[in-house]
Amino acid sequence: MASRARPLRPGVWGVGGGWVAAAALLLLTLGTTAAVLWRAGAAPLPGAADWVAVRFTVMQAAASAAISAALAIPVARALARRSFPGRGLLISLMGAPFLLPGIVAVIGILHVFGRSGWISQLLGRFGLPPLEIYGPVGVVLAHVFFNLPLAVRLILQGWRDIPAERFRLAASLGFRSRDINRLLEWPMLRAILPGVVLAIFLICLTSFVVALTLGGGPRATTVELAIYQAFRFDFDPGHAAMLGVVQFALCLGATLVALWVTAPTGFGAGLDRPLRVWAASGPLARLVDAAILAAAAAFLLAPLLAVLLAGLPALTRIPASLGQAALRSVVMAGLSASMTLGLTLALAHAALSRGLAGRLAEAAGMLTLAASPLVMGTGLFLLLYPIMDPTSAALPVTVVVNAAMAVPFSLRVLLPSLREVDADYGRLSESLGIRGWTRLRLVTLPRLRRPIGFAAGLAAALAMGDLGVIALFGNPDQPTLPLEVFRLMGAYRTEAAAAGAVLLLALSFGLFWICDTWGRNADA
Amino acid sequence: MMKSHVSTLMIAGLLTATSAVAEEKPVLTVHTYDSFASEWGPGPAVEKGFEATCGCDLKYVTAGDGAALLSRVIMEGGRTKADVVLGLDMNLMAQAAESGLFTDHGLGDVKYTMPVAWDDPVFVPFDWGYFAFVYDKTKVKDVPTDFKALAASPLKIIIEDPRSSTPGLGLLLWVKSAYGAGAAQIWKDLADNIVTVTPGWSEAYGLFLKGEADMVLSYTTSPAYHLIAEKDDTKAAAPFTEGHYLQVEVAAKVASAREGDLADRFLAYVTSPEFQAVIPETNWMYPAITPASGLPDGFQSLVAPAKALVYPAGEAKKIRDEALGEWQAALGR
Repeated sequence: MASRARPLRPGVWGVGGGWVAAAALLLLTLGTTAAVLWRAGAAPLPGAADWVAVRFTVMQAAASAAISAALAIPVARALARRSFPGRGLLISLMGAPFLLPGIVAVIGILHVFGRSGWISQLLGRFGLPPLEIYGPVGVVLAHVFFNLPLAVRLILQGWRDIPAERFRLAASLGFRSRDINRLLEWPMLRAILPGVVLAIFLICLTSFVVALTLGGGPRATTVELAIYQAFRFDFDPGHAAMLGVVQFALCLGATLVALWVTAPTGFGAGLDRPLRVWAASGPLARLVDAAILAAAAAFLLAPLLAVLLAGLPALTRIPASLGQAALRSVVMAGLSASMTLGLTLALAHAALSRGLAGRLAEAAGMLTLAASPLVMGTGLFLLLYPIMDPTSAALPVTVVVNAAMAVPFSLRVLLPSLREVDADYGRLSESLGIRGWTRLRLVTLPRLRRPIGFAAGLAAALAMGDLGVIALFGNPDQPTLPLEVFRLMGAYRTEAAAAGAVLLLALSFGLFWICDTWGRNADA
Repeated sequence: MMKSHVSTLMIAGLLTATSAVAEEKPVLTVHTYDSFASEWGPGPAVEKGFEATCGCDLKYVTAGDGAALLSRVIMEGGRTKADVVLGLDMNLMAQAAESGLFTDHGLGDVKYTMPVAWDDPVFVPFDWGYFAFVYDKTKVKDVPTDFKALAASPLKIIIEDPRSSTPGLGLLLWVKSAYGAGAAQIWKDLADNIVTVTPGWSEAYGLFLKGEADMVLSYTTSPAYHLIAEKDDTKAAAPFTEGHYLQVEVAAKVASAREGDLADRFLAYVTSPEFQAVIPETNWMYPAITPASGLPDGFQSLVAPAKALVYPAGEAKKIRDEALGEWQAALGR
């Protein structure tokens, strides 16, 4: 493979592998939509009710993305410039909400913010009415809870990618924090933020359980719900597929806007030193940072604590079948995560190419985020059905779909760092004749260890927690852990389900933590 | 070496379907909804019972719920591997009949103990229940006796979305059948009682148990679960004077069934006392034919609605679109 790769770009993962990955993702997204359209034979154009759903979907996704990213900046900055005992653990823990299955997170949020939640109980003590979060506020609150951690981590990565020498230089030139803002931090944010906002916007675009449950009624109809309605209420797959196309169009539009406003940083290469805490600012700044971190931690961790407290009592009475399901899910998550990393590295290298080709590769990497899980699952089902029994393929298909679903996240994590490495060491490597596999092993991967650990952790945990397409493919004898938890809920066994949710949370977080810690140990 | 072998085998074992089924036995494939086939549903007992006499292997294939089940079978069309589809309800029957995928059961005259007469040639009912609002007796003292009283009360309720869930659709038809042209006004009056609308029953019931609302749309049989399985008698269903909407769950033989004879025998088994006795304490619904031994203790204490409301299968399909429009208009602002 290496000999056939183009010399100017890294070989083994080079253009060829990148396009194979892009093609696979296109097949899973556009291909499955086409399969549904083809089977339906007719594709009615979206009607007035659909456009109402589109408008609500875009509004809530835009608000969620903007607020998550805006709140993430001070949190990431505080984390980047302070060091304190337990900082690493806090960074990891704060990532946990992102890994939660939808309904578990919703219940956790309601434990805190619901009508009978902790805050409402406290208000009740003072004779005040309970909080009413159902409606647009609830939807955005839940989406911020989910996505703030991702935004913080991505932006924190941006701070780390500014060479430590620049901050040292800034300190010796007597920069004040306003100057640092303008000359170092703002250019970094210009490069990072559009991608962050885009990712969160797209996540919220396909929101279903969260948007509906907290949205408080048909006002909160998202496109994904309209897709459900088309499939399950109207038995009109053509309509569902058209709505799927609308989602892709939204994704494409948003991606183009994001790429257009992204400005490359050009900090140049540093000596690759670990970032040090710089510019010891005054006590006020310390206090502000501490307050920001405390508030963010409380907001993100309280619902998790609620999930834990709700599930712990029944933990000893967990049904035996959950153990097997858990083992199955862990193995599948591992396979999924490896596949995600392979796909992402290939795609990221293809995205380095200049011009349209690179942008297309990057856009292909974002596409699965906009894919309706229901359309994708149905399309895959239709594609596989003539070839094999979809039921016996349920688990492998779930692994592949979960791997593809995690690509957008890992791409967002890996690509900015890969760009830095390529810009900083690409020419040097070229001139030394270090190419292909050797370059990947000696130059690229060691510098990507941190994002790779993070990306692998994300992919594994997402695969662990996702209900995915398994419910559509229907093999009742081999449930995954999320499916078992959902089944317990559906069988009135709320306590056992709560215990299952704790197991799920622990395993998701455990997988994430192992990978992430491995990555973060890159710099001692 | 050994290690990697073991793990490879383990992965292979975990990822491939259990194909080690009995060698020569014919396989009866039953498509059903997930909670029927799950460890806690009727599935395992039904499988054991039928396999004891049929000399066959019964295999379940599952979909999320009744609507997903029909959606899947329609997708598979004439090439479906299903011999029997079990778990559709009356609101899906017209669509199912239209698909032309199902054939007559030929069971002859069965004496069902249901609130409605049943003589459908294709669909065999296997259980039924009434939709109802369930509440906690220790918390709600002033229990409303109809929709108007509920709308006038300060009580908070959680309902399911009719577009994505069976009980949600049931409630839509319940209000429509009780109030006809006045249904839109009832929904407007109910708007301030509704805390939220969830995608499915599990989410709604989970939020209710957590205390997010005073009442939740569920079944009259829901309190039986708490009573029998948890020895908790605090949950009750509120009887409404307008009557309660009926849900009847049905099974049918697939026209293209490969194991036609086994499918016939299975449908006969569905109406047998053995199958029917499994239903109450696994599916938490009423059996279509009350077994000679009667219902389990705990079912006697449930509310028995004075009047059963239900649209005939063909009519339900026409009415639901109009009813959905009213529902969306009333709650959408």
